[in-house]
Amino acid sequence: MKISVVKEILNAEVICGEELLDEEVFSACGCDLMSDVLAFVKNQGLLLTGLNNPQVVRTAFMMDMKAIVFVRGKNPDDEVIQLAKLKDVIILKTDERLYSACGKLYSAGLI
Amino acid sequence: MENANLKLHYNVDKKDFINAGEASSSVKKVLRKLGVNPECIRNLAIAMYEAEINMVIHANGGTIDVDISPECIHVVLSDSGPGIPDIQRAMQEGYSTAGDNVRELGFGAGMGLPNIKKYSDDLKITSEIGVGTTVEIKVNIPS
Ligand SMILES: Nc1ncnc2c1ncn2[C@@H]1O[C@H](COP(=O)(O)OP(=O)(O)OP(=O)(O)O)[C@@H](O)[C@H]1O
Ligand SMILES: [Mg+2]
Repeated sequence: MKISVVKEILNAEVICGEELLDEEVFSACGCDLMSDVLAFVKNQGLLLTGLNNPQVVRTAFMMDMKAIVFVRGKNPDDEVIQLAKLKDVIILKTDERLYSACGKLYSAGLI
Repeated sequence: MENANLKLHYNVDKKDFINAGEASSSVKKVLRKLGVNPECIRNLAIAMYEAEINMVIHANGGTIDVDISPECIHVVLSDSGPGIPDIQRAMQEGYSTAGDNVRELGFGAGMGLPNIKKYSDDLKITSEIGVGTTVEIKVNIPS
């Protein structure tokens, strides 16, 4: 699924990485605990989270994840956005809650 | 890279949670530039990042030395923190002494050390109470 489709499904706003929205992801992970993302994620290209700090971007970068969706209308901090730009990680923001955001993407075929 | 190994050195600031992980990010970028196998890079990046975060949240920062040869990536992280009383116990999944402040930051599930073991080809931990901890990680590069 293209990130641009993720954006549509979640009615999300692009915070950074607009030029990368054609990138594809096949699977996603919804989690607020980076310890678990590091321990259990395999090839998920998309991270949905309510946690707002720079380690979210670093975790995504280490795991080769392409995009982060901040849920519950959270505005990522400036240092989070700057870091994501440096590391070519796409950031989206949606008003959906973690559970509903994951549910919508799952129903649309993102496993 | 033909003859000499590439050696990198980093200082990790104490209690600087915002910047924790920058050394691991930097090593990941260097390995990408060198064209190392992506799976190796990811394994090393995850293991080193876990250990770097541990240095910041459980100890007082420290130093990291990275040695990249054509055969392997070798990382030594040394801190002068409180030390680990029972390494075997610390290696168990779910064992953590992290407080709520660490959990609010998204860490402290007790998965870091087991994860380092999983992603590295060799892991050595030495620790002395009140003196510090040294974590040595090796990831082989397939030829
Ligand atoms: N460098 C260190 N100095 C002192 N104690 C450490 C150090 N690294 C790990 N520990 C101890 O070992 C425990 C287990 O570490 P581990 O990385 O597995 O889990 P964690 O850091 O608590 O949580 P997580 O890694 O899942 O975020 C820690 O809670 C801490 O008590
Ligand atoms: Mg840890």
